[in-house]
Amino acid sequence: MPFQPVILITDALFFILTALLVVFILFARKREHISRPWKKVFKRSTGAVSLVVLSTYYSIAVLDSMHFNPRLENASTEQATYSNEILSVLDVFMTPMRTQVEKTFSAPLATHLLSKVMVPQEDGSMQQVYPRLKYGGAHLENPDQDKLVDIVLLVVRGILYAAIVWLVMWAVISFIYSRKVKLTISKSISKLFSSDQEYPVCAIAITTGIIITIVSVSMVVGSYYHLFGTDKVGQDVFYQAIKSIRTGILIGTLTTIVMLPVAITLGAMAGFFRGWVDDVIQYLYTTLNSIPGVLLIAASILLVQIYMSNNEENFNSLVERADIRLLFLCLILGITSWTGLCRLLRAETFKLREMEYIQAATAFGVTKFRILVRHVMPNFMHIVLITVALDFSGLVLAEAVLSYINIGVDPATNSWGNMINQARLEMARDPVVWWSLTAAFVFMFILVLFANLFADVVRDALDPRVAGSE
Amino acid sequence: MAARRIYKTILLVILTIPILQGCGDKQWNNPYRDADTDKAIIYSAFQERPKELDPVKSYSASEYTFISQIYEPPLQYHYLKRPYQLIPLTATHMPTKVYLDDQGNELPAETNPDDIVFTDYIVQIQQGIKYQPHPALAQKDSGDYYYHELTQTDLNDVYVLADFAYQGSRELTANDYVYQIKRLAHPNLHSPLAGLLGNYIVDFKDYRERVLKAIEEHDESQWMDLRSIDMEGLEVLDDYSYRIRVKGVYPQFIYWLSMPFFSPIPWEADKFYAQSGMEERNISFDWYPIGTGPFMLTENNPNLRMVLDRNPNFHGESYPTEGEPGDEQMGLLEDAGKPLPLADKVVFSLEKESIPYFNKFLQGYYDTSGITSDSFDQSVELNSQGEFGLTEEMREKDIQLASAVQPSLFYLGFNMRDPVLGGDSESARLLRRAISIAVDYDEFISIFKNGRGIPAQGPIPPGIYGYEKGEAGINPYVYNWENNRPVRKSITEAKQLMVDAGYADGIDQKSGRPLILYFDTVSRGADTKALLNWMIKQFKKIDIELVIRGTDVNRYYDKIRDGKVQIYTLGWNADYPDPENFFFLLYGPHSVLDSKGQNYSNYSNPEFDALFDQMKNMENGPERMALIRQMNEIVRADAPWVWAFNPKGYSLYHSWYKNVKPNAMANNNIKYRRVEPEVRAQLREQWNKPILWPLYLLMFILIVTIIPAIRGYYQREKAKAL
Amino acid sequence: MISYIIRRLLYAIPILIGVNIITFILFFVVNSPDHMAISQLGEKHTTPEQIEEWKRERGYHLPLLVNETETGIEKLTETIFFQKSIKLFVFDFGNSDSGRNIGYDISNRMWPSLAIAVPNLILGLLVTITLALIIAFFRATYIDYWAVVICVALMSISALFYIIGGQFVIGKLLQVVPISGYDTGLEAIKFLILPVIIGVVGGIGSGTRWYRTIFLEEINKDYVRTARSKGLSEQLVLFRHVLRNALIPILTGVVVVLPMLFMGSLLVESFFGIPGLGSYTIDAINSQDFAIVRSMVYLGSVLYIIGLILTDISYTLVDPRIRLN
Repeated sequence: MPFQPVILITDALFFILTALLVVFILFARKREHISRPWKKVFKRSTGAVSLVVLSTYYSIAVLDSMHFNPRLENASTEQATYSNEILSVLDVFMTPMRTQVEKTFSAPLATHLLSKVMVPQEDGSMQQVYPRLKYGGAHLENPDQDKLVDIVLLVVRGILYAAIVWLVMWAVISFIYSRKVKLTISKSISKLFSSDQEYPVCAIAITTGIIITIVSVSMVVGSYYHLFGTDKVGQDVFYQAIKSIRTGILIGTLTTIVMLPVAITLGAMAGFFRGWVDDVIQYLYTTLNSIPGVLLIAASILLVQIYMSNNEENFNSLVERADIRLLFLCLILGITSWTGLCRLLRAETFKLREMEYIQAATAFGVTKFRILVRHVMPNFMHIVLITVALDFSGLVLAEAVLSYINIGVDPATNSWGNMINQARLEMARDPVVWWSLTAAFVFMFILVLFANLFADVVRDALDPRVAGSE
Repeated sequence: MAARRIYKTILLVILTIPILQGCGDKQWNNPYRDADTDKAIIYSAFQERPKELDPVKSYSASEYTFISQIYEPPLQYHYLKRPYQLIPLTATHMPTKVYLDDQGNELPAETNPDDIVFTDYIVQIQQGIKYQPHPALAQKDSGDYYYHELTQTDLNDVYVLADFAYQGSRELTANDYVYQIKRLAHPNLHSPLAGLLGNYIVDFKDYRERVLKAIEEHDESQWMDLRSIDMEGLEVLDDYSYRIRVKGVYPQFIYWLSMPFFSPIPWEADKFYAQSGMEERNISFDWYPIGTGPFMLTENNPNLRMVLDRNPNFHGESYPTEGEPGDEQMGLLEDAGKPLPLADKVVFSLEKESIPYFNKFLQGYYDTSGITSDSFDQSVELNSQGEFGLTEEMREKDIQLASAVQPSLFYLGFNMRDPVLGGDSESARLLRRAISIAVDYDEFISIFKNGRGIPAQGPIPPGIYGYEKGEAGINPYVYNWENNRPVRKSITEAKQLMVDAGYADGIDQKSGRPLILYFDTVSRGADTKALLNWMIKQFKKIDIELVIRGTDVNRYYDKIRDGKVQIYTLGWNADYPDPENFFFLLYGPHSVLDSKGQNYSNYSNPEFDALFDQMKNMENGPERMALIRQMNEIVRADAPWVWAFNPKGYSLYHSWYKNVKPNAMANNNIKYRRVEPEVRAQLREQWNKPILWPLYLLMFILIVTIIPAIRGYYQREKAKAL
Repeated sequence: MISYIIRRLLYAIPILIGVNIITFILFFVVNSPDHMAISQLGEKHTTPEQIEEWKRERGYHLPLLVNETETGIEKLTETIFFQKSIKLFVFDFGNSDSGRNIGYDISNRMWPSLAIAVPNLILGLLVTITLALIIAFFRATYIDYWAVVICVALMSISALFYIIGGQFVIGKLLQVVPISGYDTGLEAIKFLILPVIIGVVGGIGSGTRWYRTIFLEEINKDYVRTARSKGLSEQLVLFRHVLRNALIPILTGVVVVLPMLFMGSLLVESFFGIPGLGSYTIDAINSQDFAIVRSMVYLGSVLYIIGLILTDISYTLVDPRIRLN
């Protein structure tokens, strides 16, 4: 085998989450009462567009979660040996960007290093010059003249590829659609993109077009130049920003699935059983809530570090250590953030308990557990989903702040927080090294913005109060 | 009508802004009070909060910045002369050294060191030196002290030391020096030097025990007077001289006498601070030093700023009249013979972040600034001779550059007890040498330090006796001498060493498995990741798979202490300019595993250890040099460390800041510095004109966006009214 | 009323005990005093005896929960748990690991924190409520739509960018205010302008959007419709009825954060070098000074509980329909 798969703990959890998501979709499709509000989400163009953008981020995170050890070439023994290096599928796609490491800083799309270096000349003297990059624009004979044309050509090439992919994609979609509505292809296309179409197909088409173009152009240009320049040790900043997506998505999603079981069980129990159960649970979440979150996280991260150095043999590679720390960060963020949802659910269960159908069920002698699972929980699921959607963006933002205080993800993990933290110092340079900060800003901003927009739409669609008033 | 009113208000607001701007041409961004602009104040910054300012405990640069200006040990380093030279500070002359046998009889100076049992150091101090004004020394006419019997009610309105109304002073005596040395031995004060001095000063260790016993018998509410317990090794000869008795021969002892550990402490202050209620107010030696030096601490707010004022009782000292050749041309002797200190006041502001620090320096609000790797490109560039010079931008501002290689060493250590890397086997030695070549510290310096350092060639850094320049000084196992400079050996050679060591292509020939090594590090800060990636890359060059194990600082030291590391990094700053201070880090009996010493690699080579014992007691000279060369050769061949680099300190200072000469050993430099406030005021004004047009533009845009809103509002109102 | 407050205060005690237990586990069981000693004593020339002495001096040499060497009640009191945790109840914070008195430092550093937090809160409220009112006035128009989109966009920017950007542009490029620092008295104003502006701007997005929903909820209520149908002008309706009634959720939302203002802002304070409690906390985390972190955890919990009680009380004050029982 050319590789040996590696499944990190966060990978496993993330795949479980993804599987759950798929199961939920399949499950909901059949059930009108569940799928109706979601259809409402897709019918809003904001919802549909956000969903497309978020799915793109999500797929990148999925690709980046498939890890493996590549096979070592030079091993002399018969038996295949594998490198200790852990790569992901995304790394394979981005190989030129991953491996093309320059010496130090270079500006976006530059062909030369940012600062001058002494270079011995042929006559033995030393001269100060901006050295050419090893990889960025290395194919150019005469970068000063040819660079612009070359980049324009590359962009055009990227757009061309994108156009082809996009056309094929939409041709397939149109074809499937035509089979479904049983119309000729041309008629179904015009129907698909018509303004009275139920779903905002036009908006989706434009968004996918833009995303495909961005991906294709950055792949094409990125293999010849450093799109967002390079950082202090010459690593491609664009590559780092893309690699950071996984961290952002994982923190946003894993934290919620970690806290959901706790919040749901405790919230439902407190609201349903009342009495001392309610008191204990209330006590628990008030106590946890009253501890300033940052300090709790700081203390717990230290705990993890100590645990890891005590059990060193279990964490052989940097990636594994960073992974454990990421997992713990999710856990701790989960501990600090489940209380809000728990409180909401408790109040909702309180209300539901008094509903006639539950009173009736109790009267019929249905067991309490069954009532909770069959009648109470399904009726507050919308609150859970809204909270998950609303929390997501907050968690992504929190990661950046925590990394600034050195209690976020491991410094070795690619994350926007780490990028900002590093770039902060670079802002004092002259010329200003703005690209790391900008790259982190752009990628983070897009994710958080669309997550926020999506959460809004989800809330509007799922919340019976808002939905009812419209 | 209402619309017009609103427009009018907006117009008014816009018109008032330029008026605001006109009110005085002082700088808006001046972080200091405007009244201080013309005064001879030195503005400096501290990046790290000092932990404590007690000379018994302080042992870091961030603390020495302050206490070295306040406390005066008997000796100091000459400010200008190089190599570093000790001169008297409060002493009248250099301490006299007397060798004794076990009976206490004096021996001639030429006695064989093995026959010397004790060495006496007799220090004679100047008469008439007085302490800074301090409430602990305030005496009533009756001779009683004002503040030695304080009650809780007396302390009600006391928050800082300045809240005590009376202050007093008295003459410095030899007793005060002896008192402080006893404090060094005090078990509750945890002097970092106590362990070391216990090995040298006679009766120092037992003294600790006696004090401990005395504390147990002592009434806790009362102050424990150390004067009542004597130490054999210390004797006050008269008011102005005292004697320290050291076991055997320890020539390096004299260097310690220039460190704040050996400053005088008046017993009155100890008693004063020991009173109950003081600690709750943070009134203690830790925060309120009392010294005889040129400055005294008048404002003490480690969260914001520390202010040193001229000590009115300073005994007087004058600027040195001679220096190194070249100092005169540099203008360093312009103030020769003038009374010190040359400035009235020093303001240190807390500046934790390097960006604001550097920006404020550029704005003229700090007189001096270090160069971080991020501000380096902006301030320094290589000139045509291949030397570092200032950039155009800096030269325009008439900023000056001072640089010096520091007597410090960073190293990448191997644990010599490790089964793979350690030990005396040829294979391990070759492997270590291969790594020494592969880990390219020349590149490290250029990437992570912007060239602010030189690759180290051995344990001795430049500026310390035993360091050799040029071809003679290179490490022949890592460097070749080509074209008059050291050139790192090629990776091919390193790979050959790997083959010889039995690890061809990174595969262990015995087991057939790839060689995996572990690097322990403190994973912290933004730079860590880049640095670790770089490290992995270095080992990859000779096909070694490097696994990083990052931990927090505490754990890291734990692991080193327990010998659980394979490869680690550490640094060492010279305590004093003597090769002994570096070689002892590799001295076998100092191994961290056996004796909790500072030999963290647990390196042990009997030949080296024997040479060390011989070398450490020698005076500098050709014989000592020969021994040092031998020792260097042994450790270079054994390669227990990768000699990483000696950092080079660069600092920038403004044209109005005079008499700057880097001195890595001395910390009491501020008294020599002079500022020209007029020049500074003028330049600050020139550099800090606020730029306001973007704010106007912003306001204009806001108004433009508001107008349609207001119009919409009225239209709506009108529509409703109809 | 008074009996209610007393009861609430009594209810706070078990919570504070819980907080104490959690912090105790985190700070003593997980990170042993040996580590603290080493990090505080420094690395050069430290011996195991010194570590022992350091621990004894600070009371870290005691056993964690039960002291077998003592007798009677001292079995429980001569322990780290009692000495270090129970004393927090009477706000006796003791000394930090580096030796300074924590209570003294907290009382000193509280003021700079408030000097930023209070103007920040007041200005922030003024700006966001005004904006929200304007948006509510133009509800269901394109202005409303775009205002909400802009709010969401502003919300999506990390606080770090506001701070880094603000400091870079206003402090460094425009040279209008000092880049960082602090001073006592009125001189502090010039240092506070930039952090406060950044704080206010950073809060515009979420604040405006939140208040807009409150206003809209209020506007859709029946009494507003009645008022409007009486022929009152839109301004009057908004100011007299909507704003007044919306003040209840706004006020209670503010009251709950009031005590937390003491804790200061972690990011702003450390970026601008303001010696408040926020930067105190960050420094403590970075230097691993657990005595300070522990004290701050406790202080934060107390303030949070005070906030909860204040909220309940303010409910009754603004809305007579709610009775405390």
